[in-house]
Amino acid sequence: MIRSLRILAANPMSLFGLILVVIIVLAAVLAPWITPYPTHNGAVVDFAFANDAPSARNWMGTDLVGRDILSRIIYAYQISLVLGIVVLSISVPLGAVVGLFAGYAGGWVESVLMRLTDVFLSVPPLVLAIAMMGVLEPTLINAMLAVTVMWWPWYARLVYNIARSEREEGYVLAAEVIGASTTHIAFREILPNCLPAIITKMTLDMGFVIIIASSLSFLGLGVQPPTPDLGSMVAEGARYLPDSWWLSVFPGLAILLAVFGFNLLGDGLREILGVDE
Amino acid sequence: MSPLLRLLVRRLGISLIVLIGVSILIFCIARVIPGDPARIALGPNATVEQIATLRAALHLDESIIAQYGYFIADLGRGDLGMSLYTNRPVTLDIAEFLPATLELVFFAGVLMVVIGLPIGILSARYRGRWPDHIIRILSLVSVSAPSFVWAVILMLLFAFYLPIFPIAGRIKDIYEIDRVTGFLLIDTLIAGNGAAFWDALRHIILPAIALALSGIGQAARLTRANMVETYAKPYIEMAQAYGFFPSRIARVYAFKPSLIPSLTIIGLDFAAMLGNAFLVEAVFAWPGLSRYGVAVILRKDLNAIMGTVLIIALTFVVVNIIVDLLIAILDPRIRLSQRVGA
Amino acid sequence: MSRILDIVDLKLGFKGYAGLTEVLHGMSLHINAGERVALVGESGSGKSVTARIILGLLQETRTARIAGKVSFDGHDISTMSGSQRAALRGTEMSMIFQDPTSALNPVFTIGRQFTEVLRRRVPGMSNETATAKAAQLLADVSIPDPSRVLQSYAFQLSGGMNQRVMIAMALSNRPKLLLADEPGTALDVTVQAQTLTLMRDLVTDHGTSVLLISHNLGVVREFADRIYVVYRGRIVESGPTKSIFGKPGHAYTRALLSAVPRITGAGLPEVPEISDDFLAPMVTHEAVS
Repeated sequence: MIRSLRILAANPMSLFGLILVVIIVLAAVLAPWITPYPTHNGAVVDFAFANDAPSARNWMGTDLVGRDILSRIIYAYQISLVLGIVVLSISVPLGAVVGLFAGYAGGWVESVLMRLTDVFLSVPPLVLAIAMMGVLEPTLINAMLAVTVMWWPWYARLVYNIARSEREEGYVLAAEVIGASTTHIAFREILPNCLPAIITKMTLDMGFVIIIASSLSFLGLGVQPPTPDLGSMVAEGARYLPDSWWLSVFPGLAILLAVFGFNLLGDGLREILGVDE
Repeated sequence: MSPLLRLLVRRLGISLIVLIGVSILIFCIARVIPGDPARIALGPNATVEQIATLRAALHLDESIIAQYGYFIADLGRGDLGMSLYTNRPVTLDIAEFLPATLELVFFAGVLMVVIGLPIGILSARYRGRWPDHIIRILSLVSVSAPSFVWAVILMLLFAFYLPIFPIAGRIKDIYEIDRVTGFLLIDTLIAGNGAAFWDALRHIILPAIALALSGIGQAARLTRANMVETYAKPYIEMAQAYGFFPSRIARVYAFKPSLIPSLTIIGLDFAAMLGNAFLVEAVFAWPGLSRYGVAVILRKDLNAIMGTVLIIALTFVVVNIIVDLLIAILDPRIRLSQRVGA
Repeated sequence: MSRILDIVDLKLGFKGYAGLTEVLHGMSLHINAGERVALVGESGSGKSVTARIILGLLQETRTARIAGKVSFDGHDISTMSGSQRAALRGTEMSMIFQDPTSALNPVFTIGRQFTEVLRRRVPGMSNETATAKAAQLLADVSIPDPSRVLQSYAFQLSGGMNQRVMIAMALSNRPKLLLADEPGTALDVTVQAQTLTLMRDLVTDHGTSVLLISHNLGVVREFADRIYVVYRGRIVESGPTKSIFGKPGHAYTRALLSAVPRITGAGLPEVPEISDDFLAPMVTHEAVS
């Protein structure tokens, strides 16, 4: 653990990524205490200060109804991170289990499961999410559902590939000879070897989930106002370019910063854990 | 049958299964939602009779299998139903809007390959030195934001602050161009209208760059990673031992073996642009299928949604097949299977 | 007799975070024209990096610190520029590699690679001329149906066939020096023996000098005129093959020769223990120089 941290620290970009992620996570967790205007995540209006450019009072300016954009961005981070965690908590185990069994059991189980996975993987990610949100009510829960449904196949395929190549390895054959059950071999023998790849992908995926979720809400298909969301903030502000540029630019940069941090961290993890690309 | 042909047939078969699967998936989700699709589509002022009529027309009261049956039957006749949004056949809507999206996505795809791959080669050739570091950071930044963020930034910088490019649309209204292919860049040339061509080009550049940016970054990173791996291979050391020029080794002997594993993912990135087109078309008011798609989704226009999703999935499938064929052509290990001599 | 290769006091170190790691501690060796000299030692002894310094490849590595004099054919190549050294590669000196199949580019035909090699000598050579010459050279190494082989890819041919292709390529431009890095290690023992005979015949015909790097004592004994024994970046013994095998002087050499050879693998015997005697000064056998 200490050694990993030291390797991470030796690579300045990974360290920067770690710092970014830590800052963002802390900001999201401590949101109610650190935001300058804690009530502005809801349906609050303050027309006296509506549509103000960035100033000492509002570092990132205010939106059309007078809410502080910096505060709303921090709350939006909260929502994005929660979304990411929920989506990954469900889709990763689901996908991993499917992939494990398909990869190890083989036979018709493998064919059926992988064909099913292929159907999901065959549609571009955003298109599938859009299509699903299009026929569902736009709420946070549904957005989580839609993204989860389109996410698990990636983990299924990832774990499947590893399980399939590990299937022939010595330690698996040894366990079979001893008479270990399929479940035991899958979970106790093969799965640990998949963990580095899974962890790396999860880190990178946090960023990707943020991109997909903000894209959905940009189109109006995700979280609805007044809940603060980075994508919908950019969408609202897009109509007022270039005059009220801060409406779109700051939320957009907030997305960039968060995803960049997770990507840097994920890349660093990949190097440490020695995962193939 | 040549192995290439066999590959093609197998791919087509899988793609057919996949398309069917996707259609079933969307079909089921659309009809399983809570709420009445007919009522949502007609809006809050609809009368009970209107809703009943629409429900009958859409076969909404029958079993889902029967509904799917109707859908397939109609599909066989090339009928995707009527769009409640435009009040005309969905097929007509697709025919009108699809070329704009395809043109944008193809242009972006070309940018992705033409810019991304050489940058990746450069990065690999100078690995560990400052051009490599800069390129790696820039590539990572470019994949770290969704396309609409890049679209907004590009629009601000190059359409507003530096008014080099136009803000929205495909071409100025003053140009009346006959529609031959639907691709403005081609049609303007066919019509011999040079000014219109330049105008169309100016309109497409910003959206295409916004669409292509993350793909460029991906392609660069991928190419670099594969080439760095290739550079460690014995056959590159042999090329160096024979004194081949480093630039030649980079462009030819290291690049081709690196390209092959990249192709699958480049194909996926290209297809992902089909999804990102939704975002870019919204920002630049580009009159394409994706913008139509968002409109019909917000209106719960079931037929139009199905049609749009199917066409996009079909495009994705075609792109995948082309990529697979390209891989088979480029990689002799897949193309050939016999041993020669002993 | 003239010396085709003369290395004097070659030192090599790699600069890392912890400072300079020294790999070669002042190696000196020479090869006369037409001689076949072997560099023998365990993995990590420094023989492979020596070959790459001769070729000029290691000088490209930024962390490498090289000192000492290397002369090739009377010219001091240690002071040459990178491009001057590159000009010698493939023309005046060439190398064959351990695993012939992986040393050939998998996505280009044999012919494509061969013709490119031939163009190192004659840059403007036309495709037809080059292909014809390549076919002739393949026939010289007893490859049946050369034109079919030229159109094939490395993965379609057997290891032994690829080894012949590599030998043909390496000698095609009539280099003065051939560096052979563990040739045939990746092949069957019988195929290895065949290709070594082939190599020996060809270099004798062409008058090519050879630096053979090996950890296989059997191969060395069959092939080399003189031997340098390397231990941890130092030459510990040198002399004619017969002398070294007959009367090994240095403790390390004796340990090598007396250790039980492994049946599997490349045949280098495992030296059972490390002794301080291995650090004893170099033993030179009087020999024809």
